[in-house]
Amino acid sequence: MKDAAKKIVSDGIRKAGRNVSQNEGLIFEKSAPHKRAFELPPLDVPAVDPSAALGAAHARESVEGFPEVSEIEVVRHFTRLSTWNYAIDLGMYPLGSCTMKYNPRVNEFVARLDGIATEHPYQPAEVSLGCLKIMRTLEKCLLEITGMDACTLEPAAGAQGELCGLLLIRAYLQSKGSARRTVLIPDSAHGTNPATATIAGYEVQSIRSDAAGQIDVEALKSIVNDDVAALMVTNPSTLGVFEQRIAEIAEILHAHGALLYMDGANMNALAGIARPGDFGVDVMHLNLHKTFSTPHGGGGPGAGPVLVKNFLEPFLPVPVLVEKDGRLSLETHRRTSIGRLRAFGGNFGVLVRALAYTLAYGPGMRQATEDAVLNANYIRRNLEDFYDLPYKSPSMHEVVFSDARQKKNGVNTMDIAKRLIDYGFHPYTTAFPLIVPGALMIEPTESESKEECDLFIDAMRSIAAEAETNPELVKTAPHNTRIGRLDEVTAARKPILRWRPATSAAPSPSDLSEPNPPSSRSSE
Amino acid sequence: MATYPTDYRYTREHEWVSSKGDLATVGITDYAQHELGDVVYVGLPEVGTAMKAGQILGSVESVKTMSDIYAPVSGTVVEINSELTAAPEKVNQDPHGAAWMVRIKLSDAAEPAKLLDAAAYQAFIAEKDSAA
Amino acid sequence: MRYLPKSPSERQAMLQSVGAGSIEKLFESIPAPLRLGRALDLPGPMSEAEIIAWFQARAAENSLGYSSFLGAGVYNHLRSVVTDTILLRGEFLTSYTPYQAEISQGTLQAIFEFQTLMCQLTGQEVANASMWDGSTATTEAALMAARLTGRTRLVVARSLHPEYRQVLATYGRNIGLTAEEIPYTASGQIDTARLAAAVNDETAAVIVQSPNFFGVLEEVPELAEIAHACKALLVVSVTEGVSLGIVRPPAEADIVAMETQSFGMAPSFGGPYAGVIATRERFIRQMPGRLAGQTTDAAGRRGFVLTLATREQHIRREKATSNICTNQALCALAATVHLCLLGKEGLRELALQNLAKARFAAAELARVPGVRIPFTGPWFNEFVIEFPRSARMANRRLLDDKIIGPLPLGPWYPELTKHGLVCVTETMPRAEIERFATALGAVLAGPL
Repeated sequence: MKDAAKKIVSDGIRKAGRNVSQNEGLIFEKSAPHKRAFELPPLDVPAVDPSAALGAAHARESVEGFPEVSEIEVVRHFTRLSTWNYAIDLGMYPLGSCTMKYNPRVNEFVARLDGIATEHPYQPAEVSLGCLKIMRTLEKCLLEITGMDACTLEPAAGAQGELCGLLLIRAYLQSKGSARRTVLIPDSAHGTNPATATIAGYEVQSIRSDAAGQIDVEALKSIVNDDVAALMVTNPSTLGVFEQRIAEIAEILHAHGALLYMDGANMNALAGIARPGDFGVDVMHLNLHKTFSTPHGGGGPGAGPVLVKNFLEPFLPVPVLVEKDGRLSLETHRRTSIGRLRAFGGNFGVLVRALAYTLAYGPGMRQATEDAVLNANYIRRNLEDFYDLPYKSPSMHEVVFSDARQKKNGVNTMDIAKRLIDYGFHPYTTAFPLIVPGALMIEPTESESKEECDLFIDAMRSIAAEAETNPELVKTAPHNTRIGRLDEVTAARKPILRWRPATSAAPSPSDLSEPNPPSSRSSE
Repeated sequence: MATYPTDYRYTREHEWVSSKGDLATVGITDYAQHELGDVVYVGLPEVGTAMKAGQILGSVESVKTMSDIYAPVSGTVVEINSELTAAPEKVNQDPHGAAWMVRIKLSDAAEPAKLLDAAAYQAFIAEKDSAA
Repeated sequence: MRYLPKSPSERQAMLQSVGAGSIEKLFESIPAPLRLGRALDLPGPMSEAEIIAWFQARAAENSLGYSSFLGAGVYNHLRSVVTDTILLRGEFLTSYTPYQAEISQGTLQAIFEFQTLMCQLTGQEVANASMWDGSTATTEAALMAARLTGRTRLVVARSLHPEYRQVLATYGRNIGLTAEEIPYTASGQIDTARLAAAVNDETAAVIVQSPNFFGVLEEVPELAEIAHACKALLVVSVTEGVSLGIVRPPAEADIVAMETQSFGMAPSFGGPYAGVIATRERFIRQMPGRLAGQTTDAAGRRGFVLTLATREQHIRREKATSNICTNQALCALAATVHLCLLGKEGLRELALQNLAKARFAAAELARVPGVRIPFTGPWFNEFVIEFPRSARMANRRLLDDKIIGPLPLGPWYPELTKHGLVCVTETMPRAEIERFATALGAVLAGPL
């Protein structure tokens, strides 16, 4: 089977070739006493003995086991590690609802400028006007894009933005003497939604989607009552479909004194085309690391600004950026505020990057949205004869297939995703949303060229064919990564979460990943 | 095909009960462990906990999922199977025997008899499978 | 537009393939009354050079050319240029969360190394892959303690960073947690007598910071005893990780919540930084945040995966231990690279330089007529100074000398309106420290 696999791997695949990647152990395994990677300038004040200054009980000799390596070893170590990663800079991530778009490099440059990166959050306002202007400009841009009235840039990520939004809703309802206990969440929602509602102290009630994958409005009408605080909606939904009756949904909620929260994760389908503030949303968050191009960096940082209608403005978390007579300042005390979500303010460095992105596009941001929706529809059209499409409603910026056809040969969405890796792509989102069993959730974003889209389509078609003619090949993928599928069961049963020195269970050099097996090199 | 002991009783949430007098032993069924995949962790209540039928008794986790275990009967937890901490894989290997989870002193010794018998449970899961 | 890789003819070809006459057709699922129908009113579009010029103009409106003696949870430390060399590699910068382990081993191994370094620094058994920052990590540690003990009362040091306490209050009040504050003594440390009186068998956790907000080290073993006597947990928050180069780690703590900004992250006006939670192995299942674990593939090769994911939001949904999804991976990578560069000897030397510079500054400032150093406890690189009258007025005058002076404490501690917090790190040249002392002397000698 191995030889047949190798043949198919090198014949059918256009985008990816085999890469010789280097072995690399843990940094601790390269460590040897007295190697140094960093030197400090000499001390220009008298030295102080720590035992004398702190007391012997507080003194520490050194950090046991800390690495001791040279600068070149650090550079090589992390460079080698980096070559084991896939990245946007290498190719498409078709991950649904992640909006893996190009991370512009000028954003990195301006975030690192002296006078931007160097600023301390507690420095006086007189010497922080540049920072305050950056924040105010970004706020105004986000308000224009979303059609909302007021903004906070403080939440550190989308999940914290969601929490902020729910806390704002709670504070508002309490101020009206109408504390309520329930938040409604569609069964298609991202996991952070119910997790956040629980942390905000609410009970979660699930609301089902109808046959078209939209919120079941009749079900909503029967559930909404005076104990419902809000509905958390994602629009377009996680199926990539616009909630056509969103304005009606907003009215139903408002008629009962409940509010409409929008998870802005899918804003990439709307920027410049439609504004949540115009279709009844009271409060929403944005993910700057999605729609606004700030880099994912292997899992963060992000930022989750929250935008509100005026009636929620008094409750915004502190510090609130206020503009009075043209002067900007940060208000740290506000009686009606929900409080502080994070020390020091928001992820300013991420805000800088998002603003740089927005300035690059200006009103032309609409074009990015159009390209994103075009790419998704192009992929849908060219794969819908090969993969089952459970919901036929028009797709916006993402499309959800299912593995129903391939399942007949025992091939599921996870297998297809792993095989896609052999073709040089990162997998799409598997097994989500939960309402589609065996889901393949695909969002190309506007950053993909027609060429990349075509390569992706070819790869997916080829895998669909393999699922019929050679399902084993797909089920045992990936075949040409430096490491095969990893044993996640043992990792969960007996977790090893840190390196320990040689006397315990540290692996010997033979455990290190081997380069591609010798027999395959000769076929290149 | 798994064997479902005929002297056990079963619930639609895939727990089994084996009782003698007022002492009941509870675990999850072979169907449940098969659905979960490789079990990596079992969360059990403390000895002495009072349980009402239908209440959450504990949880069982695989790599990608977590499932609650519901108390099939009411009573007090008098013993838990601590071997499952070090060896959660027993749930996959012997779900009806060595992977028993808790022993409960029943508040009503007649309660287990009201649950599904082996034939009814097997019919229930057969229907589930054909509907899928 | 330079970020969009499609030519007009390619767009046409794709529209044809989709069977749409124009791009507008693809938006028809949005009801017409809801469509914007006009161009967005935004600044731009800007070329790369214009974007750079715009931000340079903002930079010129900030504090370039000033000497800053601010700390208070965000620290100026040397950053090696090597760190950005690594961070800016596209395979790190533009990669996604490592859910697909086979093509994310770079990120996963780096996380595993980060987790190890955090354990080594804090003296704890296990650490996660980062939280948003120190303040949310401290809050998550409190929530974790509440879950572990089943209790809802927190006992919190008043010398814990004021903004950290505010964050704790914001989160805690929604799930029924209450917090009692314990004052500090003349040493600047928590009042252990009052603490012992406040801790009882309804206490979930005692929460302190060390070095605390005033820069003073707490006596962690003693505090652990007080907490454990009532089966409460001890949470220690660390904002200045460099201290752990020469200060004994809080090994007796049950949970350590640390801010890692000092390790390779620029102050950046408040973020992004990276917090971390480090704790005992037996608490793993209640620990929030991602975890990278070591394992093998079918051929026995070592690799790393995200593990124990069943604690997280995407599986547990409403039963999750936290709602955190995105963490601070790239910042944690900065910390990892930075700490590998510093290494065992470098970290110790760095800490020693901080100790020396701060002691020198304290001595210089203590000589200024009217200035007192009130707290007597052991301290690392931050200390409180007391002015004759208002700290704010003195600072206004220092600003004219291009010195950003001690952080006035009055806004947070009404009893400390004459006091300011001074931080001196390895980055402050001796000459600037002396200039600060001279300028302060002139300010206090003149009319205020």
